[in-house]
Amino acid sequence: MTALIALEGLTKAYPGVVANDDVSLSIAPGEVHALLGENGAGKSTLVKMIYGLVKPDAGHMQMNGTAFAPAEPRAARAAGVGMVFQHFSLFDALSVAENIALGMEHPPAMRTLSQQIRDVSDTYGLPLSPDRTVGDLSAGERQRVEIIRCLLQEPKLLIMDEPTSVLTPQEVEILFKTLRKLSAEGTAILYISHKLEEIRSLCDSATILRLGRVVGHCTPSETSARDMAEMMVGTTLKTPMRAGKTPGDVVLELTELSAKSPSAFGMPLREISVQVRRGEVLGIGGVAGNGQDELLAALSGETLSKRGMVGFKGNDVGLLGPTARRALGILSAPEERLGHAAVPDMSLTENAMLTGAAREGLDRGGILDWAGARRFAETIIKTFDVRTPGPANAARSLSGGNLQKFVIGREVLQRPELLVVNQPTWGVDASAAAAIRQALLDLAENGTAVVVISQDLDELMEISDRFAALNEGRLSEPSPAQGLTVDEIGLMMGGAHGMEVAHV
Amino acid sequence: MFFGGLLFVALGKDPVAAIRTIFYEPLFGQYAFYYRPQLLVKGAPLVLIAIGLSLGFKAGIWNIGAEGQYIMGALFGAGVGLAFYPYEAWFVFPLMVAAGAFGGWIWAMIPAFLKVRFGTNEILVSLMLVYVAEQFLASMSLGLMKNPEGFGFPGSRNLQQYESAFNADLIEGSGMHWGVVAALIAVIFAYVLLSKHRLGFAIRVTGEAPRAARFSGVNPVRLVLFCMGMSGLLAGLAGMFEVSGPAGQVTIDFNVGYGFTAIIVAFLGRLHPVGILLAGGLMALTYIGGDIAQSQLGLPAAAIQVFQGMLLFFLLALDMLTHYRLRFGTAEVV
Repeated sequence: MTALIALEGLTKAYPGVVANDDVSLSIAPGEVHALLGENGAGKSTLVKMIYGLVKPDAGHMQMNGTAFAPAEPRAARAAGVGMVFQHFSLFDALSVAENIALGMEHPPAMRTLSQQIRDVSDTYGLPLSPDRTVGDLSAGERQRVEIIRCLLQEPKLLIMDEPTSVLTPQEVEILFKTLRKLSAEGTAILYISHKLEEIRSLCDSATILRLGRVVGHCTPSETSARDMAEMMVGTTLKTPMRAGKTPGDVVLELTELSAKSPSAFGMPLREISVQVRRGEVLGIGGVAGNGQDELLAALSGETLSKRGMVGFKGNDVGLLGPTARRALGILSAPEERLGHAAVPDMSLTENAMLTGAAREGLDRGGILDWAGARRFAETIIKTFDVRTPGPANAARSLSGGNLQKFVIGREVLQRPELLVVNQPTWGVDASAAAAIRQALLDLAENGTAVVVISQDLDELMEISDRFAALNEGRLSEPSPAQGLTVDEIGLMMGGAHGMEVAHV
Repeated sequence: MFFGGLLFVALGKDPVAAIRTIFYEPLFGQYAFYYRPQLLVKGAPLVLIAIGLSLGFKAGIWNIGAEGQYIMGALFGAGVGLAFYPYEAWFVFPLMVAAGAFGGWIWAMIPAFLKVRFGTNEILVSLMLVYVAEQFLASMSLGLMKNPEGFGFPGSRNLQQYESAFNADLIEGSGMHWGVVAALIAVIFAYVLLSKHRLGFAIRVTGEAPRAARFSGVNPVRLVLFCMGMSGLLAGLAGMFEVSGPAGQVTIDFNVGYGFTAIIVAFLGRLHPVGILLAGGLMALTYIGGDIAQSQLGLPAAAIQVFQGMLLFFLLALDMLTHYRLRFGTAEVV
């Protein structure tokens, strides 16, 4: 079979780092090809070169046997490359059809376009009404908008960057059916994901990148997930260990917690009741946008709640702000690293001060102890193996995984009584993720109550004692994590959001 | 400066002479002994107001109405002074200072309160209050505060002739009045606040990343009240020092746009206290130099203002261009 697209010796260097070094791979028509690698392995740079967002320093690409060097995404799209990004670029206030029209070179009349959208969504089992407002859609449905936007251009190669991180297991199944159908029709798919089991069930072949180089190829269905992970990381992986333990006194008690969402397209919390005990890890799953951010804000003190809703060791803390709660030992780490958990343009020292002021004694009657903050930042960097030249560097300059280690480390080192984390290992590579999970388990071991909000079910199953799911702002009844099946979890997460199974 | 030169050429003046007049004459020219103190007199209110504004600007709180707060500070300060006239006592002046600060503060609290209570836009409200303050000033100088011995001319008694209330030069002929001292104190205070104090840190974090600020425990309501209040207070002080010193009396055209120029000064100084001190000096220089150019070369006053505007425009453009690359053509929709 001749290759649809062939990359040869692609090299791209940024100041201080070689993102891609002599990368070659080829994809045949209809092939589902996985691209694997840790954070910073160069996956994004590679697909950006194919999509024309980045120009390679050396090497060349061929498409159907002819030279292919897209100067911009428009050229790549014209050549038949479509890309679904991890982060959606949609306007909440516009309808599905309007959003799709915005991304097209020559949008047809709205009515024609709506018909085309219906046709494509029927053909590929992606139910979606063109007239709905994007702001009302679930994450899975938004992703369908992006996919349909690509499919309307009839691509020969579809690039998907971490498409399943926002989907329920049932939605993943539907997506996979769509992708398999596309592949059967001859569309090649380049699939980027951290979830190795998915890759094993979906992909025909895989290329593994490490530090910008190709370190191996494999056939995913014949390789175990562990082997693939070890090829990515280059070392043997440690599985976080936890000892059996008996939970202690109730630390956190939520009683019918309801809260409005601060943003217009957010999800209000509805009557959440749950208890978390000393030494216990409560895992909260659910698809993004079902109240995770709002729950974290209600626990951290960013949004205040009514009397009697949030109890901490028998005291009502619902009316206390973040600083007062920190002083009591309630610490948290939000999902969004840049701009929420950390200030992008400030140094790590200043970011250590951000939440460490109260508990680390860095605030002496209003006068800040910067030398102390610097020492604290250095401790975090050392303990959590944050790779950065030093605490004077800006948070923005760190890679996502490293910053995440810093953010989690900052809270863990403050000896919390209750720690709430949202997406603790989002975008973090396997070995760093393992280290973070281990740190959370160690905390629980020492008597901290830990609430982990995450969309990574494998992670939740690995570290939680009990599991509950957020759906439409409601929390399901927690049940012991051990022995839960994927189907049960999927149902707790609200199934596939009322969508029919694709008629493929 | 090059474009400024072009502007002067377009007006039919010798550009070199014009720029030399603006920047050189006040400092080293023949009459520099007169202009140098003027530099302090003009610079002090600018710096004082700009320091206050910069605190808010850093946190993303836009008080555009410093001019109004400046007027109110002057009115309150002068009002207290005039109320005591002709009683001589040491406490009159400190009382006027307090009243001036209060006047500016209360005027800034109006937009601040409306913002935190009803979510109004502080830019709009504070700006509109400038015009209210101007009307108030006119009414005062024509009515309540009019000098009873002033032969019907608008304007209050001259505070320069009322010893207890006169904000005189601390050293004769140096231009160094209490406002200059206050400006220097404000610079030091702002510097310490921003670098060492929790509140200054909160201001910086809020400006950089409001969500992170909220997460770290900053109370946005209190921050708005503090920043607005502080900038109003300093603007009020500036107005009070001006009315009791260099201006001497409340008149209809008492305000000369310090409150607006201070916005330029704040940005020219990159919102940094020391930068503002330097920028205030530079702006004062162009004011005085502009005056000289007006009288010596016959440059229109508006030309000087255009020149000042250009200064800010190019500085901000420079900032932008060092951070972003200019790209021609349309942006790609992905």
